[in-house]
Amino acid sequence: MSKMSGLGGRLYRGETAVDFIGKRRRWYSVSALFILASIAALSLQGLHLGIEFKGGSSFTVNKATATIEQARNAVEATGVPGELIVQKIGNDKVRVQTGALDTVQNNAVQDALAAKFAVSVESIDTQIIGPSWGKEITRKAIYGLIGFLIVVMLYLAMAFEPKMAIAAIAAVVHDVFITVGIYALVGFDVTPATIIGFLTILGYSLYDTVVVFDKVRENTRTITSTSTKTYSQAVNHAVNQTLVRSANTSLIALLPVGSILFVGAGLLGAGTLKDLSLALFIGLAVGTYSSIFIAPPVLAQLREKEPAMQALAKRVQARSGGSVAATVVSTDAINGRGPRNQPKRKGRK
Amino acid sequence: MSTTNKPIKSGGRPGRSLAILTLVLIAMTSLVFIQGATSIRLGLDLRGGTSVTLQPRIAPGEEGKITSESIDQAVSIIRQRVNSLGVAESEVAAQGSGTNRQIVISVPGDTGRRVVELVGQTAELRFRQVLASASGIPTTADAAATPAVGVSADVNIKFAALDCTKAENRQGTGTDLPTDVIVVCDRAGATKYILAPAEVLGRQISKASAGLDTQGGSAWYVSLTFNDEGTSAFGALTNRVTSLPEPTNQVAIVLDGLVVSSPRITEAIPSGNAQITGSFTQLEAQDLANVLKYGALPLAFDRGEVQQVSPTLGADQLNAGLLAGALGLGLVMIYSLLYYRGLGLVTVGSLSVAGGLIYLLFLLLGKWIGFTLTLAGIAGAIVAIGVTADSFIIYFERIRDEMREGRSLRTAVETGWTRARRTILVADFVSLIAATLLYFFAVGGVRGFAFTLGLTTLIDLVVVFVFTKPLVTVLSRVAFFNSGHPLSGFSSKSLGTIVAKEA
Repeated sequence: MSKMSGLGGRLYRGETAVDFIGKRRRWYSVSALFILASIAALSLQGLHLGIEFKGGSSFTVNKATATIEQARNAVEATGVPGELIVQKIGNDKVRVQTGALDTVQNNAVQDALAAKFAVSVESIDTQIIGPSWGKEITRKAIYGLIGFLIVVMLYLAMAFEPKMAIAAIAAVVHDVFITVGIYALVGFDVTPATIIGFLTILGYSLYDTVVVFDKVRENTRTITSTSTKTYSQAVNHAVNQTLVRSANTSLIALLPVGSILFVGAGLLGAGTLKDLSLALFIGLAVGTYSSIFIAPPVLAQLREKEPAMQALAKRVQARSGGSVAATVVSTDAINGRGPRNQPKRKGRK
Repeated sequence: MSTTNKPIKSGGRPGRSLAILTLVLIAMTSLVFIQGATSIRLGLDLRGGTSVTLQPRIAPGEEGKITSESIDQAVSIIRQRVNSLGVAESEVAAQGSGTNRQIVISVPGDTGRRVVELVGQTAELRFRQVLASASGIPTTADAAATPAVGVSADVNIKFAALDCTKAENRQGTGTDLPTDVIVVCDRAGATKYILAPAEVLGRQISKASAGLDTQGGSAWYVSLTFNDEGTSAFGALTNRVTSLPEPTNQVAIVLDGLVVSSPRITEAIPSGNAQITGSFTQLEAQDLANVLKYGALPLAFDRGEVQQVSPTLGADQLNAGLLAGALGLGLVMIYSLLYYRGLGLVTVGSLSVAGGLIYLLFLLLGKWIGFTLTLAGIAGAIVAIGVTADSFIIYFERIRDEMREGRSLRTAVETGWTRARRTILVADFVSLIAATLLYFFAVGGVRGFAFTLGLTTLIDLVVVFVFTKPLVTVLSRVAFFNSGHPLSGFSSKSLGTIVAKEA
C-alpha cells in the first residue's frame, strides 16, 4: 500500500509519468476494437432481453427437492402456448418462464406448480409482464438517457469548458457502447435492473472524468502565459497527478458494487441485485478506463486545434529544441498557421 | 503550478460544525421517537406482497381521454376495490405524466390472485339481454343455420365459430360498443353468448353489497340498488325479458368484454332494488358486489406488470440486501484504514455518520411522505457508499498533494479543502442530475433506486461539509497527525516526499 503512495508522490511531481495523451492512438485503437466488437456482437447476437421487455410470466418455486424436469412436466401439462425456459436458481429454487399468458393461464400454471410440489399458491413468486410493457420501459430509458446527456453536457459546459463537456460525453457514449457490447457478447440477461445500472454508470463515469478535468483546468488556467508545457503535456500531467486518486475512487466504488454482485449472484442466484450490480461492475470498470484513456486525449485534441494552443505548442517546441514528447499537434498545422500566431510569441521568456 | 499563498484561514470553527451536527442528530432521533417512526417501511419485494401496474389502453384518436381527472377517478375507484379486501397498508397511486401514466397497486401479504383479478376488471360495466348462449366450444354449422330472434346471420356465424377455450378470446378487449349486438365468452370460458345492446350501465348502480340469506339455507347473494335513471331502465329491461323463453330471459353483466354473471330474471323489477342469487361462495358474492359497485372505470387498462413476492423471498431479499450493505461498508472501511492509516478513521467515522443520517431519514420520510425501502433502494444506498467514500478520497488526496508542494499539514488541510470542495461539488452535482432524471423518467423499482441514490448524495455533501472537513481540521492540530507518524497516513513515506513540519 505504501508503495502505491510513494508512486503517488512521483506521479504528482512528474518523475514517473505514463504518456496517456501522446500514445492516444493506441488507446483509441483499443477502444475502437472494443466498439467494433460491440457493434458486431449487437448485430449478430443482439441483446438477451428478459421477459420484462418481451412480455411473459415467470414463476419461481422455492423447494429444495424440485427438479427442472418436474417443473417442466407440470407446466407443459397445462397446455400453455409458447416455449418454456426452466432454470434452477441457487440451490433450492426452480424458475419457469413462459411467453405472455392471460390471467386464466397464469392461474393454471400456478395451480399446476403448487400441486406438483405441494406448496401453497401464495408461496410461488410470480411476475407477469404485459406485452406492451417492455416498449414502455425501453422508451423511458431512452428518454432518460438523452435527457441526461443533454443536461450534463450543458452543466459541464457551464461549470468547466464546452470542449470538456464534449470530451466527457464522448467518454460516456464510449462506455455505454462497450458495456452494451459486453452484454451482447456474453449474453447476460437484460432486465429493467440492468437498465438502472446502465443509467447509473453514466453518472459514475462522469464523476471520474470530472475529477480528472478539474485538475486539468487547474493546471491549464494560466498555460498560455507560459511556455513550459503544451496543452497536451499539461493534460497528461494532470491525468498522472490524479491517477492514484482515480484508482482509489474506482476501487472504493467497486467494493460495494462487488459486494452486491457477490451476494446477489451467490446467495439469491438471480434478480434485481445481480442484474443491477453486474451492469454497474462492468460499467464502472469501463468508465474508469475512459476517464483516463479516452476523455483526456479527446479533450487535448479538441483544444490543440485552437490557435492559442498551437502557438503555445510551437513555443514549447522551440524552447526544448524540438523534442517534445507528448505534443499532439501535427507539423502541418503549425506550419500552416504559425505565422498568423506570431504576435502571441511575446509571451515567450 | 502558480499558486499565490493567500493568508490561510484558521479553518473556520470546526468545533461549532461538529456541535451543530450532533444537535441535528439528537433532534432527528427524538423526532423519530416522538413520531413513533421506529421502523423503516419496507417495500413489497422485501416483505412479500403483490404489486400490479396498470397502463391505460389508448384507442387510436382517444389520446385526449387520458387526463389527470380520469386517472384520478380510476385511482379512487381501484382504491375502493382494493380497500374492500381489507388488507392494511394497501396502496394505489398514479405515476408518470401526460398520456404516459400508470397506476400502481401494492397490496402486502398473500392475497395475490384476488388482487390481480379485482383490479384487472377495469372497463365499464354494462347490462345486456342474452339473445343466445351455448357451451364455449365452436358449434357445428347446422346450429348456426338458425339465428335467434334479433340476431343477424353475420353475428350468428361469428358466434358459432367462437372458441372460448382459447385464451385470446378471454382476454377481454373492452372495446365493444354499447349499441352493438356482441358475441362474448364468460370469464371461465365455459359458455359463450350473443348479447343485445346495453340497456343499463354500471354508473347507474348506486349501491351493491353481498349478503347471506339465512332463511333459505346459507346462500350468498348480491343485492343491487339503481339510481333513478337506472331504476327505470332496469325496470323496463326486466319487465320485457321476464316472460321470454330461455335463454332470452337472462341479463348478462358484462365487464371488460366478458360476462361476469348472467342471472335469470324471475320477475319485473320496477323498484330499483334487485337481488342476484345463485350458488355463490362468500368470495364470489363479495367480488361480484365489488365489480358492480366499482365496475365503472373511466378508462380501460392493460396489466403492464404483475409481481407476486412470497414472504419467504421477501425475507431472503432483505437479508441479502443488508448483507451486501454490511459487506460493502466493511470492505470500504478496511481499505481506507489500510491505505490511509489514521486518516482512514475519518472515513470510518464519516461513513458511520452518513449511515446514521440515512437511517434516521428513512425512518422519518417513511412517516412523512410514505417512503418505502425496496430492494432497488437498498442497492442505491449501497452504491452510494462508494460515492460518499469517493468524496473523502478526493479531499485526502488533495491534502497529500498540497503537502507534496511543501505545505504543512495544517495549511494543506485548508488549501486542499478549498480545491477539493469544488471538485466534490461538481462531481456530486452530476450524480444528483443522474438521480433526478432517473427518478422522473423511470418506472416502478427504478424510482426507489434513484430516490435513495439522490438522497444519499445529498447526505454525502452534508457529511463532507459539516463532519469530515471539521474533523480533519481538528485532527491536523493533533501531534499524531501533524508530526507525520508512520500510522497517520501523512508520513513522508506514504507521501513519497519530505513533509514540512509544523513550524
